[in-house]
Amino acid sequence: MVWYGAGLAFVLGAVLIGASIGPAGPAWWRVPLELANRLPLVGFDSGVSEAEWNIVWKIRMPRVLLGGLVGGMLSVAGASYQGVFRNPLVDPYLLGSAAGAGLGATLALTIGRDLTTSWPIDPVPTAAFVVAVLAVGVTYAVGGAFAGSRSGVTLVLAGVAVVSFTTAIQTFVLQRNLDVVREVFQWILGRLSGATWADVVLVLPYVVVSCVVLMLHRRHLDVFRVGDDEAATLGMSVSRVRLVIVVAATLGTAAVVSVSGLIGFVGLVVPHAVRLMAGAGYRRLLPLSMMFGAGFLILADIPGRMLTSPAETPIGVVTAFVGAPFFIYLLRARPVAT
Amino acid sequence: MSIVGFDAVSVGYNGREALAGFTDEVASGEWLGVIGPNGAGKSSLLRAAAGLIDYTGSISVGTPLETISGRERAKLVAYVPQEPLIPDDMTALDYVLLGRTPYVGYFGTEGPRDREIVAGVLARLGLEEFANRYLGALSGGERQRIVLARALAQEAPVLLLDEPTSALDIGHQQSALELIAELRHTQGITVISALHDLTLAAAYTDRLVMLNNGEIVASGTAAEVLTANRLGRVYDVRVNVTVDPEDGSVVVVPRRSGP
Repeated sequence: MVWYGAGLAFVLGAVLIGASIGPAGPAWWRVPLELANRLPLVGFDSGVSEAEWNIVWKIRMPRVLLGGLVGGMLSVAGASYQGVFRNPLVDPYLLGSAAGAGLGATLALTIGRDLTTSWPIDPVPTAAFVVAVLAVGVTYAVGGAFAGSRSGVTLVLAGVAVVSFTTAIQTFVLQRNLDVVREVFQWILGRLSGATWADVVLVLPYVVVSCVVLMLHRRHLDVFRVGDDEAATLGMSVSRVRLVIVVAATLGTAAVVSVSGLIGFVGLVVPHAVRLMAGAGYRRLLPLSMMFGAGFLILADIPGRMLTSPAETPIGVVTAFVGAPFFIYLLRARPVAT
Repeated sequence: MSIVGFDAVSVGYNGREALAGFTDEVASGEWLGVIGPNGAGKSSLLRAAAGLIDYTGSISVGTPLETISGRERAKLVAYVPQEPLIPDDMTALDYVLLGRTPYVGYFGTEGPRDREIVAGVLARLGLEEFANRYLGALSGGERQRIVLARALAQEAPVLLLDEPTSALDIGHQQSALELIAELRHTQGITVISALHDLTLAAAYTDRLVMLNNGEIVASGTAAEVLTANRLGRVYDVRVNVTVDPEDGSVVVVPRRSGP
């Protein structure tokens, strides 16, 4: 219970800090006051003008919430992937969702550019999402076709093949369209800048459905820890449960990646940090990963918008820059039992 | 009820017959020891009964196991592999609770009754003091008992053990086998185990089945199955077999060739 409280406090604190800090807008300490002022039955003058409030509410808030959704989703998906593959070095991009999203975005930004100028929606996230899901689907099909049984190992190997293949196509397309390299590269590095409430609303249903399904399989993930064979003799349909978990994690990952780009390291490092702090049981690990992942990405986004303002430091750079040393510190403090 | 029937059970493995038409009937409460050289088909037999590999023929525990779901099968048959995967950072209690999986609903979690049963198993095996310890911190013998506890928490009438003592020293081997023998009597569990040590197999089981190249070479009491002649033929080994004329216990002693 202590850890859930800590997780909740961490997320709320991160949201508050994220909403209060930015290169433009009101003084940081006025933002919590204004937020309190906006609560029902409360009314006082926080000294925040309507224009300043618009910066907080229309620019910062969606960015903060989107960061929370992306960070929470990637962390839960990462923990789930680590569970079903019993591999601590796995992240939610393992089976090709990141490479697929990258290819999808590249295609949309290159050959799709002329075709989609009249579209009412932005084709990049749509293409990223579709190709990400497609890539993981191909991994599953290939993994099953070769070995007959979709064991964890064959799936991971199929994923390696699909990622290489997808990346090869992406490189080929990019190399023939050098004018968009910068754009694609920026997309791949990941960003939360320019996030709108529409983006938040767009990914929210995917994140909610994915997280609910994964949470409902927390006990199954604990059963996976004794190995596929023993899980089967305990009456669990190993392949089916693995498929359900991978599908849920992939849909959520593809959805957030399609709007935020490929933010690395969160899905790998957050579940580990939580394991080291609060124990390895999945019943606690999933909800805590969601909370700490959300808070972590919201906080990691702050230096991104401040450091090189008005230019943006890609958030993927920040997550790795902050996450890697923290990870090493945790490993030093308490070695991971394998 | 817990008579285990094997009817012409065959297991193909990479085009080779690992088990060829195994037919046997294990009585309720009986302890059947499966012996034979490496690759004889012992593990294949147990893995087939546990539902881990495809087989032809039929295995039944009251009902044919092929016709029921994995969950129902897990309520009838518990299985302890030769080298169980032990998550070091899981507590012994959480590990034993996994044995209740076949009784927990798909989206459910363990209820008070499951916790009660697990507490009972831990008490019976004298493992209460380990309940909140991490598995990584336990010794080999302690882990062995914890794994057994998980299998017992399944409350299955049939217990399959693949080389349950191969990783243990002689003292822990004996105590593990004593424990299984005692549980079998108090709980009325039918035990089928693959065993390497022939003398221990002879001492603890009711009946032995010897496999070689996937086929049954002999079945019966230890004295009937373990003859120096047959062991020499099947295992390619020189042994002395001594049968105690009073209690019928059988001792197999390897013999060196030189002077």
